[in-house]
Amino acid sequence: MTQVSMTVNGKAVSGDVEGRTLLSEFLREGQRLTGTHVGCDTSQCGACVVHVNGEAVKSCTALALDLDGAEVTTIEGMANADGSLSVIQQAFQDHHGLQCGFCTPGMVMSAAALLKDNPTPTEAEVRDYLEGNICRCTGYHNIVKAIMAASGQDVSQIAAE
Amino acid sequence: MYNFEFSKPSTIADAVTALGQEEAQALGGGQTLLPTMKQRLAQMSTLVSLNGIAEMKGVCTNDAGEICIGGATTHATVAKETADSYPGLAGLASRIGDPAVRNRGTIGGSLANNDPSACYPAAALGSGATIVTNAREIAADEYFQGMFATALDDGEIITEVRFPVPEASNYQKFVQPASRFALVGVFVAKFADGVRVAVTGAGSDGVFRWTEAEEALSSDFSKGAVEGLSVPSQDMISDLHGSAEYRAHLVKVMTGRAVAAAS
Repeated sequence: MTQVSMTVNGKAVSGDVEGRTLLSEFLREGQRLTGTHVGCDTSQCGACVVHVNGEAVKSCTALALDLDGAEVTTIEGMANADGSLSVIQQAFQDHHGLQCGFCTPGMVMSAAALLKDNPTPTEAEVRDYLEGNICRCTGYHNIVKAIMAASGQDVSQIAAE
Repeated sequence: MYNFEFSKPSTIADAVTALGQEEAQALGGGQTLLPTMKQRLAQMSTLVSLNGIAEMKGVCTNDAGEICIGGATTHATVAKETADSYPGLAGLASRIGDPAVRNRGTIGGSLANNDPSACYPAAALGSGATIVTNAREIAADEYFQGMFATALDDGEIITEVRFPVPEASNYQKFVQPASRFALVGVFVAKFADGVRVAVTGAGSDGVFRWTEAEEALSSDFSKGAVEGLSVPSQDMISDLHGSAEYRAHLVKVMTGRAVAAAS
């Protein structure tokens, strides 16, 4: 076992891990931050997306030890300081951007990464960016709508609810 | 996955030493290797991460005008940093996998793995790039040696890839709809002294140059120049996603599209 240290959601954390310990395991089992979901564990579904040094990363496909010293943000770090939902999270609620909710943590983290680089994306850009996030319930429509709304754009013309 | 000792050296020299150990394996971005290890299809005693080596990261231009990309540079960085200097390469890098994969996966890792459906081998071969390792420089024409096979020796690390910049270039990928890997991908590069056409996803020996199209396009760089050509299907991959004949047909179609879109 080797000690690994990171900053997770602004807080310094450390723990003893094996070489093979994935970031997703370190977060979920080591830090009890179970908001990061592991859907496929084959780096396809995107439910495990977190931010590492500001960039979206699939936490099931990164080793904890390889990220020693990194700054990590998970879904638990997305709410506002007073505990209210962030703009993106609120938009997912307002536009019914989830059904079962399993993919939602990854969707929100990918959406936040997109809007950081591209504050007013087109619908096509949103859909393209979500290529690595799979949702089995919604058909994506309201997820895309929620992200467009979170970017401050008028979504009243985007098809039906 | 099987457990291993983890090592993260900060210099190329230390990485070479670490990889000299028995059953040591280099780790790039891990976007292929980690899923492979989870399936227990790979096992090593020591995993040597190349992600802590600052001298292997970043993009620059050398005195010869070539674009030099550190082996540990991510696809996302290549897409951003070469957008103006080599748009054909940036376009290819910006469509590998998905955004989260592009933030981890590296050019050196992709070329060392040489997946027959990966995108980067088409860019390297199509550009006539030079693969620079800790020990030597390898021309792309010598580097790719079949499916998952390269000229790299055990423990040899891709430290840099040097791309000559063509006058015009483009990459067209026909994606396999489930994996989004290239069912067929074609990279076309027009240089002052001729055209290079490299095909990935299709050949049963991995990436290859379509020399007949290169000759036709070198005298007439237009979509019409390849329309009369045909690609033999006997050396194509055939699987449930597409027959050899289908892939052979796609090679021509995607080459034509790449020529039409080249800039």
